[in-house]
This record gives sequence, structure tokens and C-alpha cells, in this order.
Amino acid sequence: MNRNLIIGSTLTAVFLLLAAASFFWTPYDIQSLDIPNKLQSPSGGNLLGTDHFGRDILSMIMMGARTSIAVALVAVGIGMAIGVPLGLLAAARHGSLLDELIMRGNDLVFAFPSLVIAILITAVFGASAVNAIIAIGIFNIPVFARLSRAAALPLWERDFILAARVCGKSPTRISIEHILPNMTNLMIVQGTIQFSLGILAEAALSYIGLGAQPPTASWGRMLADAQTLVSIAPHTALVPGFAILLMVLGLNLMGDGLRDWLDPRIRVTRA
Amino acid sequence: MTLLAIKDLSLTIDDTHILHDVSLTVAHGEIVAITGESGSGKSMTALSVMGLLPHNANPSGSITLNGTDILQTSEPDLCNMRGNTMGMVFQEPMTALNPVQTIGAQVAETILIHEKTSKADAQKRAAAILERVGLKVPPSRYAHELSGGQRQRVVIAMAIALRPKLLIADEPTTALDVTTQARILDLLRDLVREFDMGLLIITHDLAVVANLADQIVVMQKGNVVEAGATAHLLAHMQHPYTRALFGASSHMVELPPTLASSPLLAVTNVARDYPMARKTPLGPRPMFRALEGITFQIDQGERIGLVGESGCGKSTLTRAILGLEDVQSGTITVDGAPVFTGKQPNLDVRRKMQVVFQDPYSSFNPRHRVDRLITEPFHLLPNPPSGTARDEAITNALRDVGLSPDDATKYIHEFSGGQRQRIAIARALIIEPALIIFDEAVSALDVSVRAQVLDLIADLCRKRPLAYLFISHDLSVVRTVTDKVMVMKAGKIVEQGETETVFTNPQHQYTQTLIAAAPKLPAITV
Repeated sequence: MNRNLIIGSTLTAVFLLLAAASFFWTPYDIQSLDIPNKLQSPSGGNLLGTDHFGRDILSMIMMGARTSIAVALVAVGIGMAIGVPLGLLAAARHGSLLDELIMRGNDLVFAFPSLVIAILITAVFGASAVNAIIAIGIFNIPVFARLSRAAALPLWERDFILAARVCGKSPTRISIEHILPNMTNLMIVQGTIQFSLGILAEAALSYIGLGAQPPTASWGRMLADAQTLVSIAPHTALVPGFAILLMVLGLNLMGDGLRDWLDPRIRVTRA
Repeated sequence: MTLLAIKDLSLTIDDTHILHDVSLTVAHGEIVAITGESGSGKSMTALSVMGLLPHNANPSGSITLNGTDILQTSEPDLCNMRGNTMGMVFQEPMTALNPVQTIGAQVAETILIHEKTSKADAQKRAAAILERVGLKVPPSRYAHELSGGQRQRVVIAMAIALRPKLLIADEPTTALDVTTQARILDLLRDLVREFDMGLLIITHDLAVVANLADQIVVMQKGNVVEAGATAHLLAHMQHPYTRALFGASSHMVELPPTLASSPLLAVTNVARDYPMARKTPLGPRPMFRALEGITFQIDQGERIGLVGESGCGKSTLTRAILGLEDVQSGTITVDGAPVFTGKQPNLDVRRKMQVVFQDPYSSFNPRHRVDRLITEPFHLLPNPPSGTARDEAITNALRDVGLSPDDATKYIHEFSGGQRQRIAIARALIIEPALIIFDEAVSALDVSVRAQVLDLIADLCRKRPLAYLFISHDLSVVRTVTDKVMVMKAGKIVEQGETETVFTNPQHQYTQTLIAAAPKLPAITV
């Protein structure tokens, strides 16, 4: 176990627990407005203070964690579910027209700035959490496709793959049985990194009003709402800002730590 | 006069004892060979002399080179000595050179680091040294344009550029073909005589040791078990390990006689072309002919060897026989059925062939257990055994290759190289194929392990009629485990015949060169 992994997974676990707890309990109901108590500083009653509608910020953060994690998780899921098979297919048919088509298709998606296209998609199809998921998910596909192709290609050169081919196994079967299990480490690490990028993207989309819509809580929206109040009630901006920061930091550290932990060889080759 | 004196060198790395009281000396103009199997500590001894030990290493004793104790010398002073007083040649010439620098620049760099001289002068001297090591290409070439032997010459040029007093060579010819190896060894011997430098050569190849070295040091598990002048040591081996080592190197197996039988594999007039990169964007693709006019036959239960140097088309032929790639012309049939059937492999044909690869470390999926690994060929059977029948097959296969049935539940990383090769053979045997291709199957193994695996192969032949194609660059191994042999050069079979006949009376000039170049162990009574 290394330090990055411990710090990163602890931070991530805290947010996961907050999100999980919000299904059963939050300190206050975030739907009920309490205008007289608006913009309270953190105190015993409201641990992290209240926002401009008098809603409890801790409760908002908990519900927001749920949104962020759900959006990012599904988006990464889309990317993996489509990208990895594409990459495996391209590697199995290395050098063929299909390989070329898949990889050039990836280049096409890569060529557009992801957030701009995400804005386009949500603007055209309407701002909602689902459309945000799809928009972020599409941009995860080429990342996983490229990575899995790159990881699979050297594996295809190994003797045990040749042995499997001698046993008459089809490329599909070899990909699933031999190639995929040998690149799971890489996929887990990249998944963690993409997860943190997904959280950032979701926050960005919500910030400009194209992500989850009120009354669904979202960290990006909380930031947007707090923007005009920064000078009066700085905690309304600081709390969601730090939530995003710590979650992304935690996931990145965890990804880094996982890479070292799962594959000690990388450390050797890097040194 | 003593140049290098290692005295009572002990080494621990993270509480693991690597070397125990190693002592040896190298005089000016003397060739000292350290030999032993993997893990004997021979490379660590060399790295200690260079002062290139890992940071967590803890050496004790003394290494005196030309009056300086290496172990007491600071890193900056050591940097000064490396390349200047001592030079080193590594095993792998493919990775030892910088791919983006010309070879001339790399040799000149060594000179410039240690001497205050002009760039032009350094380049002139570099060119002279490259010529001295017998390189017949201009210094403006890049590493990728050279063959393995040429690269090793460049590496040697870099090591001797400043005429070091001591040259350390760690397995300098292991990655090279025999004919190239012979020339590199000649070069090293000449350089030692000409420069009066000491050469500490590390090699596992006892035939090289016996022919080259003045002094031999035999190491086992970090200890020097025996040392002495070559002729004397070879004539009076004292230590049982030395005897075992030399015995294993010249190990002969006894094959059961082959019975007259029917043809199994027929290769007729096969040619294989690979397309190369276009020279002009729209020009035709030039073709590289990897195999040409290959014709031979393997009968049931017949053991055939295939020898040739790297790039001669051995691997291409293997793939073609296994039906993994199509050929441009000619036919390959097993029992009359073609091996290549387009995208859908013909399982009836595949079932009759299996293969054992060279590298025991990449032949297995590290994430599967042994039982799953060795039953992979069951995929070829219409009704693969399951339940107890499968367990029984696994047990039998493991027993056949001298492993315990309990090994079935282990993962591959728990096994040594020799054990892995046994598992590879178990995998090949489990569906009882008629033909096995051994693709350099013993080349990566230590001599004693190699002897055991060869014995195993001979044993298996005794148990059932087994035909195999034994591909190897090692002539002595091919000689003992085959009935017939084919010699391949540049995609063609230049000679084939009964093994003993070919080896004792080679007809083709290339075969003669090959046999003459192969280092031979002197006849020793063990």
C-alpha cells in the first residue's frame, strides 16, 4: 500500500459514504425552503451553513455527491462498455480496414473539444442529467478504445496467444479469455481517472445550467448559485468548490496509487 | 601482474545473501571467465567491479582495480573510471545503443566525456576504433541499420574507445548467432592481446569458456566453487558442481529407434512472401521472400531437427506448418489434409499438432491456473473430457512431464523456467498430438535444466511414438535429439539428411561454416 492510494481511497470513500447515506438520511430536507434562515454561517444547527434559500448545505452536498457520482459512473460505464470492445476488436484485426475505421472514428471524436460538444448535445436535446451522462459518456469511448487497443497489441505478440491460436480459438474468444483479463489493471486505473474527469465535466455542465436541473442538487449548480453571494456568504461557494476539489483529487490519487499497487513493474520502468 | 583483485567479496541486497566471499584476480592481457547458471551471482560480481550495484546493495570485502579499491571510491571518481580504466559490454546489443544518435557520435561521446579534445578529433578517433573492431559500415549509420553482430561491435568499440585496462563482458555473445559469435569472440581475443587489457567475461556457455578463457571461475549460488587455469581445471575437475555443469553441457540422450511408418506432415515446394513498405507513395509493394521452395516430410514418430540462424525463416515456417498463416505457393498437409483452411481453422488437422515455445515466461497466461493452462488444447476436441475424466487427464499430463498432480491448482509464477517448460510440454501432450513443434524449446534454459528437459523428451518418445520438429540454433542439442536434420539459410533448406551424416560429413558450404563456428567442448572425462 502506498500513500497516494491510502489518501485517495479515503477521500473517495468519504464521498461515496456521504452519497450512500443520502438515500436514507440527510440532516435536513433539501426541498423545503427556509428563507428566514438564509445564508447562515456554519454552526451547530447547520454544520456547513445554509444557502440563499435557507437550505442546509451539508444536505445539499450529500445529495449533490449522489448526482455527481451517478453521472460520472454511468458515463465511464458507457465509455468502457463501448470503448473496450472496440479497442479489442481493432487489436484483433490489427492492420485491417476495420482497425483503421475504428481508430479514425476515435480520432474524429477526439478532434472536438469534449466540453463544447457536451454543451452542444445538452443544448440541442435539452438540459438534463441523462443528456449530460450521454454527452460525457461519448467522449469516454475513444479514451478506452485507444487504451485497450494499445494494451492488447503487445499481448497479441505473446506466445500464449499463439498457443491459444494453435488450439483453434477464435480471435473473439482469445480477446475475452486471454487479452481482457490481462489488461484489467490498466482499465481500472484509467476508469478511476476518467471517473474524476466525469465529475469535473458534470460540475462544469451544471455550472452553466446544462446538467441536472433543480430541484436535483448538484455541486456545479451550487457553485453557480453562490457566485453572486461570494462576498456576503463565502461558505456557499467554498463548500461545493472544496467538495469538487477533494473528490477529484481523491480519485486522481487513488488512480495513481492503484497503478503503482497493481503493477509494480511500472515503477521499475519509470525509474 | 595483477590488474583486478577481488578479495572476499560478499554482497547482501535487502538481507538476501547474493555473494559469499568471492575472490578472483585478473592480470593484464588475461581472459578470465566467470561461469555458472542463472542466479549464481556472476552478473552481480561484474556489476560490483563496475560499481554499478543497486542502491540497496551492501557489499563487503575489497575490489582492487589498478591500485584503487572500488568499494571505497566515490561515485564521481567511479564515473571517471568507467569507460576510462574499465569498460563494459552488455548482453543485449539491440537495446544498448541510442537509436537517435549515429554510431560514430556514440563512440565519440565516450571519448569526449573523458578527454579534453575537439569534437573533430574525437570523431576521427571514433571512426578509427569502429574500423578496428571490424565494422565495415560508415560511422554515420544509425543502430537500426545494423545487424545484431554489427551492433555488438559498436558496443565493444564504445567500451574500448579509451583503451581501458579492464574490459568486462556480460554474456556478450548470448544474443548472437553462432557464426557471429565466433567472430565477436575472435575480436575480443585479438583486442586483449593487442591492448594488453584484462578481460572478465561472464557467460553460461561452457564451450565458449573452454575455448576462450585463460582462467575459469565456476560460481554456484553466490560462491566460487572452483577456479583455475582452463586446461588444468578441465582436466582435473574437483568440485561435483563443476562436473555436473560440464556433464550437462555435453549431455546426450538416447532416443528409441524409429519404426518405419507412414508420412505425417508433407511440406511441398512452399513459398511465403511478406509485403514490405512501399518505396514511393504510389509504387508497387516490394515483397520479401521469407520461404522458398521448402520441401520435406515428417513420418509418424520421426524426429527432425531444423537449424539455422536468426532471420532464416524458421519462425515463418513454424507458423505456416501450424496453419496460422497462409502460404503464397506450395502445400502443407497433415495426413493429406491442408493445414490452412482460411478463417475457420480445421480442428481435425489442428488436433494433430501442438507447439512448445522458447520463452517459458511468455508462453502462459499469467492469470490462469495450471489446470486451465494445460487443458486449453481440449478446445480442439469435439467432446472435451469433463469432470473426473478431465481431472485424470490433467493428473496424467503432469505426471508424464515429471510434475506433481497438486501443481494443477497453482499459478504459473510459482514455477521456475524449467518447470514452466515442462508445463508447456504437458499442454502440448494433453491431446496426444501426432506432431509437436519445439520452437527453440530448450534455448532459454540453464544447462542442467536443459539436460533434464531433453531427457524428458527422450522418455516421452519411449512411451509413445512421437514425431517432432525440433527447431534450434544449438547444434549440439539438435544432434542428440533428432534422427534427421535440415539446415536452413535465407528461406531455403540448403541441406537435409540423417543427423549424424550431416554433422560428420556436411556437404553444403553453409553447413560446414555453421558446424565450424559452433564452439565445442573439449572432450572431458567427467
